[in-house]
Amino acid sequence: MSPQVEIQIIAMIVAVACCIPGVVLVLRKMAMMSDAITHTILLGIVIGFLVVYDLSSPLLIIGATLMGLLTVYLVELLTKTKLISEDSAIGIIFPFLFSIAIILISRYAGNVHLDIDSVLLGELAFAPFNRLRLFGIDIGAKNIYTMGAILLVNISLIAVFFKEIKIAVFDPELAAVLGFSPVLIQYGLMGSVSITTVGAFDAVGSILVIAFMIGPPVSAYLLTDDLKKMFFISAGIGVLNALGGYQMAVFYDVSIAGSMALFTGITFLVVFIVAPHRGVISVMRRRKFQSFDFAQKTMLFHILYHEGKINESVENGVSTIYEHLNIPKDSLKKMIQQLVSDGKLREEAGVYKLTDNGRKYTIESYESIVQSFNSEFE
Amino acid sequence: MNLFELLANDYTLRVVSLGSALLGLVSGIVGSFAVLKKQGLLGDAVSHAALPGIGIMFLLLQTKSVEMFMLGALVSGLLATAIINAIVKYSRIKIDSAMALILSVFFGFGLVLLTYIQRIPNANQAGLDKFIFGQASTLLRRDIDLIFVVGSVLIALIIMFWKEFKIVTFDPDFAQSIGISSRKISYLLSSMIVISIIIGLQMVGVILMSALLVAPGVAARQWTNKLSTMAVLAGGFGSLSGLLGTLISSSMKKMPTGPSIVLVISFIVLISIIFSPNRGILWRYIRQFKNQLDINEDQVLFDLYDLARNHNNPFKSHSVAAIKPMKTHGGKKLKHLRSVLDRLRERGLVDRGQFDEWFITENGLNYILKHPMQKEDDYVSSS
Repeated sequence: MSPQVEIQIIAMIVAVACCIPGVVLVLRKMAMMSDAITHTILLGIVIGFLVVYDLSSPLLIIGATLMGLLTVYLVELLTKTKLISEDSAIGIIFPFLFSIAIILISRYAGNVHLDIDSVLLGELAFAPFNRLRLFGIDIGAKNIYTMGAILLVNISLIAVFFKEIKIAVFDPELAAVLGFSPVLIQYGLMGSVSITTVGAFDAVGSILVIAFMIGPPVSAYLLTDDLKKMFFISAGIGVLNALGGYQMAVFYDVSIAGSMALFTGITFLVVFIVAPHRGVISVMRRRKFQSFDFAQKTMLFHILYHEGKINESVENGVSTIYEHLNIPKDSLKKMIQQLVSDGKLREEAGVYKLTDNGRKYTIESYESIVQSFNSEFE
Repeated sequence: MNLFELLANDYTLRVVSLGSALLGLVSGIVGSFAVLKKQGLLGDAVSHAALPGIGIMFLLLQTKSVEMFMLGALVSGLLATAIINAIVKYSRIKIDSAMALILSVFFGFGLVLLTYIQRIPNANQAGLDKFIFGQASTLLRRDIDLIFVVGSVLIALIIMFWKEFKIVTFDPDFAQSIGISSRKISYLLSSMIVISIIIGLQMVGVILMSALLVAPGVAARQWTNKLSTMAVLAGGFGSLSGLLGTLISSSMKKMPTGPSIVLVISFIVLISIIFSPNRGILWRYIRQFKNQLDINEDQVLFDLYDLARNHNNPFKSHSVAAIKPMKTHGGKKLKHLRSVLDRLRERGLVDRGQFDEWFITENGLNYILKHPMQKEDDYVSSS
């Protein structure tokens, strides 16, 4: 396999592996925890390195994973005192652990290639140079196998515990009642986040891990209400980001990790704008329709209220109605035209009158509004 | 005193420590509001998002200029904040997801720009990425001047809009109802947070700047419930940790400045959450312990009272052996019971007769009758 293909394969595997815990993080409103963990695992790696003095030792990965869990534990410990809100706790714990890591590096590991920049930035272009050899035969880039294994673990976790995760995400109280330990689910999730991050960061760097973990699930969140679909859509978007980002990086000859993160932003932007129902265009259109609809109903109520009253000719008069409603004249004209053509309103001797059809519609919408108010305050 | 001699003699150290102290002061005060508005992580997001601004500035100017870099960082930080707010406003995406997304995308874009710049034949570009990872030891006098000027403006703004900030922080709806635009004030506040991050970037770097923003406010919050005291304290903690951190890093070999500042401020946070009066963990344990003691004493008193009621004489005395098996302190040691009885005697609620026999005093009976646990139908007349 050529290095180019291998890079893309690694990127796709990382993307899919990351988005699985990412979906749960986004739904549990814990996205920033990924940011914290991607930084604090550095400390685990440094400590592991200082113990064995070998950058390729599996102990480093274990140390990093434990450090990820320790981060979560410390944040929860601080939050549980109720003295500190969760976001502040994250904002204190992760720079603290990260600082210890930097101090350890500069004091004890200064001459080793354990560069902070390379941890944070990552360089996917070098990933194919790290080969896995089995019985002396080169069987491909090492990252393909490590990330492939992590991907399998993540997929099987989701497949086996799908129901439990679903309940724990959407109804934590019910999950607790049903006997799923919230602690177990929390640390299971965070363990998955840590292992995925540890596996991915030396291929793609911390920041791209965050982009892969949070970006696709956030986009998918705007596209579906179904948890299962959300996993699949996220995985699809993740793969798209990996491939698109790679093409962009090759075209402009720039950082691969960076352009994949940038491409994540681009796919999100597209989804954010055009997503059906939840995209900005739909939301804007809906808000516009709602305000138009509201103004229209307000006018109908006004006409209905003054129907048959002494001042009807003034309040509902063709030339005077504008003064009695706080709606711009142009849009009022447009509304009246629409209502007349719908057969809900007609003009009679210079006064607007409701047709039978229009009266029925007005009363129905009034009642439905009253009903929704009542049910809201019950 | 070696440290202070060092401070007096070493010009660079004086500049750097003054700069860190100033930075700590400003970010502590501004950060107090970020902490209260639960925007602590915004600092982290913004400091990462500053990178593309620096890259674009370099592409435009083709030269390294700290002031222009800061301007670029400021613009892209503000843009990131605006986008985060827009995402939250126009979709159901929560703020934490929006922040994580924007910080990684912006940082990725910054990386793309930096690698693009590296290919441009321009000798000036070397060390561009160092700007965002911070290098306190390279601080110059004019960097300090910049921090001083910008910091003064920020603090002046806080004093000018004190009332507005206070109301918007604690009750945005109320602020709106009395004609203060919550939205505008929130934007102003976010912009000030962004600015204070940007002036600190060069000094302590992306990751540690967010700690300098959050930690002083969190520490100060433990000691007071008053916003003004909190802001002043946070400024104090911030500048103290800036100063101490710089001194520690210069008095030890291979000790980077930014991380040592963060260690100092983390230590201050730890001290605050443990030892602060009323709120602190230690205080809480002491109070719990005291409550437990009070409850135990009340229980023993009630036991005595219950025993005495059987004799229709509330002052009837009973031996310790009779009190001990009562249900309410099952499992506890005899010694414990005696110490409780002794404390009750000190309070004048019970007294000791002959042969280790205990009875309730007049005071004790009054205490029981007024006790919230006492039900009316339990009343026994002292006839």
